[in-house]
Amino acid sequence: MAQNDCAPRGAAADRAEAPGTGHGRGRLVLVLEDEPNISEAIRFILHRDGWDVLSRGDGHDALDLIESKAPALAILDVMLPGRSGLDVLQAIRARPALAGLPVIVLTAKGHATDREIAMRSGASLYMAKPFANAELLAAVRQLVGA
Amino acid sequence: MPRSSLSGTRIRALRKARNLAQAELARLTGISPSYLNLIEHNKRRPGPALLTAIAGALNIPEQTLARGAEDELVEVLRAAAAMAAPGILPELDRLEEFVGRFPGWAGQLGALTQRVAAQERAIERFSDRMAHDPNLSAALHEIVSAVTAVQSTAAILVETEELDADWRGKFHANIHADSQRMARAAEALVAYLDTSGEETGLAAPLEELESWLARHDHRIEAVEKSAAPDFHALTRGEAELASQAAREMARAWLAEAHADARALPLARLVAALRATLDGGQGFDPERLARDLGVPLVRLFRRLATLPEGSGLPRFGLVECDGSGTLTRRRPIEGLTLPRFGGACPVWPLYQALVSPLRPLSALVEFPGRPAPRFLAFALAEPSVPAGFAPPVVLRASMLLTPATPATLGETPAALPHLYVGSNCRICPRLDCIARREPSIVAG
Repeated sequence: MAQNDCAPRGAAADRAEAPGTGHGRGRLVLVLEDEPNISEAIRFILHRDGWDVLSRGDGHDALDLIESKAPALAILDVMLPGRSGLDVLQAIRARPALAGLPVIVLTAKGHATDREIAMRSGASLYMAKPFANAELLAAVRQLVGA
Repeated sequence: MPRSSLSGTRIRALRKARNLAQAELARLTGISPSYLNLIEHNKRRPGPALLTAIAGALNIPEQTLARGAEDELVEVLRAAAAMAAPGILPELDRLEEFVGRFPGWAGQLGALTQRVAAQERAIERFSDRMAHDPNLSAALHEIVSAVTAVQSTAAILVETEELDADWRGKFHANIHADSQRMARAAEALVAYLDTSGEETGLAAPLEELESWLARHDHRIEAVEKSAAPDFHALTRGEAELASQAAREMARAWLAEAHADARALPLARLVAALRATLDGGQGFDPERLARDLGVPLVRLFRRLATLPEGSGLPRFGLVECDGSGTLTRRRPIEGLTLPRFGGACPVWPLYQALVSPLRPLSALVEFPGRPAPRFLAFALAEPSVPAGFAPPVVLRASMLLTPATPATLGETPAALPHLYVGSNCRICPRLDCIARREPSIVAG
């Protein structure tokens, strides 16, 4: 799956994305979300706050990316094509080197049982869709200590 | 003597009025004093034959002891008392007096109790549907995803004062696309929830078949009476059978039901069943099948088509294939069967799949106050002729009938007692070792 490249590029995008400044200070956030418009909105919100964002629409090479790019935090959607966000989360937690990686699980399923499964699988935080942009941003800042 | 509303209490009062010892009445009616004691304390309900013998011994008309509407009401109110909130202690010892003195209030309370029970069952079914219906789940997921995208994007547009024109244009386009997607998802959801009978492709064919069977109380008269019923004519123009797949399944159901009816006519079945129940032997499907010369599973299916109001016990039937997927659901009063997702793994139905061709029986208890108890009989058999090449295609059947004095018999067999549920999601048995997901009602 190609990196999300549907956002406008060039000068306009540069003004919206300001990695290196703001709370993010250029630190990397990995976003696994198969809904392109949600992914794009998250990317914009985080960029605006100074985070660098790496987006993927599935979880296939998520572990390799995490190991090679060392993001400060991961945002995982549960219902991804192929490998679910919870599978990715469990694989992350199975690797001792990644045990401390903050992970926000994001899903349209808001049942108490889904939250319980996510938290049991090692999620740092569970957020049900639809979420408020400010809440997501606050969660990212808090979990990374920004 | 004040007229008591319960048969057992009435028998006791009449016996005492005649200065007849319990042992003497037991001897006259051919039962043990201990069993008569259970009857007199309303812990066992005598069958019709025994009731006739007791009436004869007491020299009273049989209808004096017959179960009346008041008996039903007392039982309903007893069930209501069992559901009382903590701290409320209904005067059970004065229940019959209450029914006698305030029949209107008692009737109203009974009706309300039954309505509450019916509504609880409806809530369980809806909860099950909300949790497990894949079509509903997919439709809601689509809507929530679109709402999330619109909400986040709209918030960006509102909150960002100096947004580049390219970004603004992009986000407007995204909102437009997501709003259209939301409209389509909403339309699909409305179409799915609208059970107008049009073929939307969203309702499962099995659901359509079950709706059709439910309207006919799982019994098609033409199958019983005609030597060569026209299965196509019987399934044509039926509102519930909207899809071609459902009509095909209905024709397969009719063909099997017709073969069953030919092999075991209703009158023969009813006569044999009545004979064993009236004789106080309880319900014994193995013996019945042997006496009637039919396979057990055919007997199960025939019992599940018995008409209501025949004075015979009600029989529910559940079937599944080798994957455990329920393929037939014939519910009865007090038995909640899941429509979506798997059922309770403790059911003898699934235990039977583990040991094909070996009939299993158990006393199964469902959660509730009072807890509904059923006699369950299950058997798994190959559903197609056996071949050397795999796969082995199995079909498991489970027959259920309420555990009552009539079905248990005068000397109930020692059966394994299983604590079961409908499915894990709505089952309150927290410590069940077979649980596969947390319950939404437990704790």
